[in-house]
Amino acid sequence: MSVGAALARTRAEGRAALIGYLPAGFPTVEASIAALHAMVAAGVDVVEVGLPYSDPVMDGPTIQRATERALAGGARTTDTFRVVEAVAETGVPTLVMTYWNPVERFGVHQFAGRIAEAGGAGLITPDLIPDEAADWVAASDEHDLDRVFLVAPSSTQQRIESTVAACRGFVYATAVMGVTGARDATSTDAPTLVERTRVSADAAGLPVGVGLGVSNGAQAAEIGAFADAVIVGSAFVRRLLDAGADHDAGTAAVAELTADLVSGVRGPARAPA
Amino acid sequence: MTTFADDCTATTPAAGPDDSGHFGRFGGRFMPEALIGPLDELEEAWQSAMADEAFCQQLDRMLREYAGVPSLLYDAKRLSAAAGAHILLKREDLNHTGAHKIRNVLGQALLTKRMGKTRVIAETGAGQHGVATATACAYLDLDCVVYMGEVDIERQALNVARMRVLGAEVVPVTTGSRTLKDAINEALRDWVTRVDDTHYLLGTAAGAHPFPAMVRDFTRGIGDEAREQVLTLTGRLPDAVSACVGGGSNAIGIFTAFVPDPSVRLYGFEAGGDGVETGRHAATITGGEVGVLHGARSFLLQDEDGQTVESHSISAGLDYPGVGPEHSWLAETGRATYRPVTDAEAMKAFALLSRTEGIIPAIESAHAIAGALEVAVDLGPDAVILVNLSGRGDKDMHTAAQYFGVAEAGPDLHADQPDAIS
Repeated sequence: MSVGAALARTRAEGRAALIGYLPAGFPTVEASIAALHAMVAAGVDVVEVGLPYSDPVMDGPTIQRATERALAGGARTTDTFRVVEAVAETGVPTLVMTYWNPVERFGVHQFAGRIAEAGGAGLITPDLIPDEAADWVAASDEHDLDRVFLVAPSSTQQRIESTVAACRGFVYATAVMGVTGARDATSTDAPTLVERTRVSADAAGLPVGVGLGVSNGAQAAEIGAFADAVIVGSAFVRRLLDAGADHDAGTAAVAELTADLVSGVRGPARAPA
Repeated sequence: MTTFADDCTATTPAAGPDDSGHFGRFGGRFMPEALIGPLDELEEAWQSAMADEAFCQQLDRMLREYAGVPSLLYDAKRLSAAAGAHILLKREDLNHTGAHKIRNVLGQALLTKRMGKTRVIAETGAGQHGVATATACAYLDLDCVVYMGEVDIERQALNVARMRVLGAEVVPVTTGSRTLKDAINEALRDWVTRVDDTHYLLGTAAGAHPFPAMVRDFTRGIGDEAREQVLTLTGRLPDAVSACVGGGSNAIGIFTAFVPDPSVRLYGFEAGGDGVETGRHAATITGGEVGVLHGARSFLLQDEDGQTVESHSISAGLDYPGVGPEHSWLAETGRATYRPVTDAEAMKAFALLSRTEGIIPAIESAHAIAGALEVAVDLGPDAVILVNLSGRGDKDMHTAAQYFGVAEAGPDLHADQPDAIS
């Protein structure tokens, strides 16, 4: 299923989708697959598989620590394809979240080809803006992949428009000016940003997902009240970090958090769109 | 003498970058969307400042009265005799804080004031850019936070003390390789969180547009001054210009004035470390491949998966796995030539300049001296070679003492490095 189809379904159900992130290869490749399978079993709607990178400027300490360990453990680009394949087999749409250099290094068209082969839905590119993305736009068209670019509270209306025009799948609204990481309070910028993004996203039929800072079901419900999708990353990674070498405990904690978040997005029902 | 104010409305060089910051296929903006707005704001503020005579005159005054600019051009006769060509040194080591970097930090700090921001953040490897930034912030009454890798903090305790004396907060970076590249990552994370009151004062001509062009324009005074000084002294243009290249700010600073002069050969000398063939080096253009790091497409040291590889150099200021995009472009177009200089070659030149001229260069700048010695062999005795002596060597005495095996008894260069001074 494509991301668009999954989000159309949740929209028809009158709720926001839950998008869950974990990096490939942390704590090991197999354990990351197990944790993502647990996430799927507990009801996540879309999965983001992170490709570990040496210089993750958008990430806070939690995701940095995990991806650093994945790299130290020998994680390779091809491991990410393996994780994507294992998750996509479950039928849940699976995107790769990656900084740009590993894609460029692999070869943009080759990378797109491998994602498509693995059954992946597309890419989220946190440090690639559409202005620099000609190769990726061509490759994603060729392989029929989603391309998710980001909008931010600092984006001008004009930039939001041009970014939305380049997106396929959904638009990723970064709710705060900052890096990834769980926060106690949800962003006050988020509703405004989603509203500004909807101006062009609605016309293009694109859902708007909100990420950065969501860590529990209550926050997910709050965000889900105005966004089409709630994106959660660091809070999942935190569960795996806390479990340390006990991978089964990490997987169980991920499942538990997923259940909490799912109840959040399914919580106070919205009118079907 | 050409001043910053004379030149400042004419900063667009002969070529590049285009409107979106590309030098050929290099440069651009590979940054999170959240930082595109702040980069646009910076670009606009910089363009408007450069078109504002009052700003340019104020910066010019600061450079003259505070930083000691224009720096001297020195006719290095004994070094010339040793090299077998006519070598002229652009004495950026005599600037306040001991390097060319003061030009860039004063420019950007003044721009920070103009933007109405009150807080400056910076990255530093060896601590030189951190010290320069802390200096400019003290001078202009700005809050200053410097990110520095934990490993570098241990290696550079004196510069950490300097920054703290100047009133800066030094924040240890404990992620990644805990060196310069990770300090840049951390500064970017800070910037995205506090763009409203904070300017990121990047220390080299790298990063996302407009940094490479802006840093170039704040440092190009080196070459503008030197071109005029060489003409006055010798009645002609130099045959070659030599500079060391890490990120590349001193090199682009001296190259820019000469780019339109086809008779002037431009040489950038990268840190060859133990030798490019050993893999332990920081010679990004010579030994790296094209990729994206810290906001721009350029040459970089990376593995087959595109993960950044750690660089190695005896010179902390050149120890960076990336390079400014304009250098990649000058290399690809053939306008400038980039070659590696090993640690051993640089240290030999370090000793040679110290002993022949009584000038102890920064180890970074010693790479440019070593390179000039090679160029002298290529071009012969009639050649005039302009070298950017980008910094002084005080900060490197600990490294030099260790390298030469100098104990308390003093240097015995001949014994430990038989060919250190020929």
